[in-house]
Amino acid sequence: MHVPDGFLDAPTSVATGAAAVACVGVALVGARRELDDKTAPMAGLVAAFVFATQMINFPVASGTSGHLLGGALAAILVGPFTAVLCMSVVFLVQSLLFADGGITALGTNIMLMGVTTVVVGWLVFRGLQVVLPKRLTLVPFCAGAAALLSVPVAATLFVVLYEIGGTADIPLDHLATAMIGVHVLIGIGEAVITFLAVASIIAVRPDLVYGARRVLARRELEVRTSTGAAA
Amino acid sequence: MRAVSTKWVALGILVVALLLAGVVSYYASSAPDGLNRVAQDTGISRTEKQHAAADGPLAGYSAKDVDNQRLSGGLAGVAGVVVVLVLAGGLALVVRRRKPVS
Repeated sequence: MHVPDGFLDAPTSVATGAAAVACVGVALVGARRELDDKTAPMAGLVAAFVFATQMINFPVASGTSGHLLGGALAAILVGPFTAVLCMSVVFLVQSLLFADGGITALGTNIMLMGVTTVVVGWLVFRGLQVVLPKRLTLVPFCAGAAALLSVPVAATLFVVLYEIGGTADIPLDHLATAMIGVHVLIGIGEAVITFLAVASIIAVRPDLVYGARRVLARRELEVRTSTGAAA
Repeated sequence: MRAVSTKWVALGILVVALLLAGVVSYYASSAPDGLNRVAQDTGISRTEKQHAAADGPLAGYSAKDVDNQRLSGGLAGVAGVVVVLVLAGGLALVVRRRKPVS
């Protein structure tokens, strides 16, 4: 969903750029609480994994492909603030080194594929965790559902931005139907990849998954109680 | 109980990322992605401007002056993984809470 230069007019691009700078600033402050000596290396690895996975376009319909956006995945693995930083680094490198995503559209791309997918992904994930039983086996399913929703929401935000500052006159309903339709399909791929990635790490080291910490903390408390009773 | 050390998990993620970017990417679909397809169908893509970094050594995920497509894309992918890892990992190390000195 990398927006190239020229799709959005200058004022809109400046506005999304300013919004992106503000979001990265907030993320820099918030990430301090999420990152310590153990989790900091994970942030680099998650960003590298998102970059690699974004290179793998999978077919979604005839003549159309999609790739993982990864915001929901990153938020669940390393926490939402750190995830915004990871995603921003990915888009910066993609734009400057790989000419993928316009330089004037960098703010737009960070807002659409970084901040939106992270925020939507994290909120859906936490919402499901509150409603569902606190079980470790459910974490990958919550992650998948969060990922599924994050993609069409990002596509919807593109449509909104295009209505505000698109450089061509395209009927809103046509654009919205096409964008959301194809991105629901891409969202299914996003859900599968996110599920597999989160499930794989949970299988070996659940404590390394930020979104599994609350579930683990509960479990450890239960273990301590039983040990105390035995002693 | 802790069978897998953090080092091995980290190595595992890195190896998967390098394989995806360096090898599997060659087999990725080359069809336009969702946005590009919609942009083509609706006429939005007519407004696309040439990317300012389009002549860069890694532009378009292929290493310049490497004729073999598989090698060119693979090298670009591996380079990207390393650059992103260093930048994001470095940023995280700078931002992290440090243990109190005592």
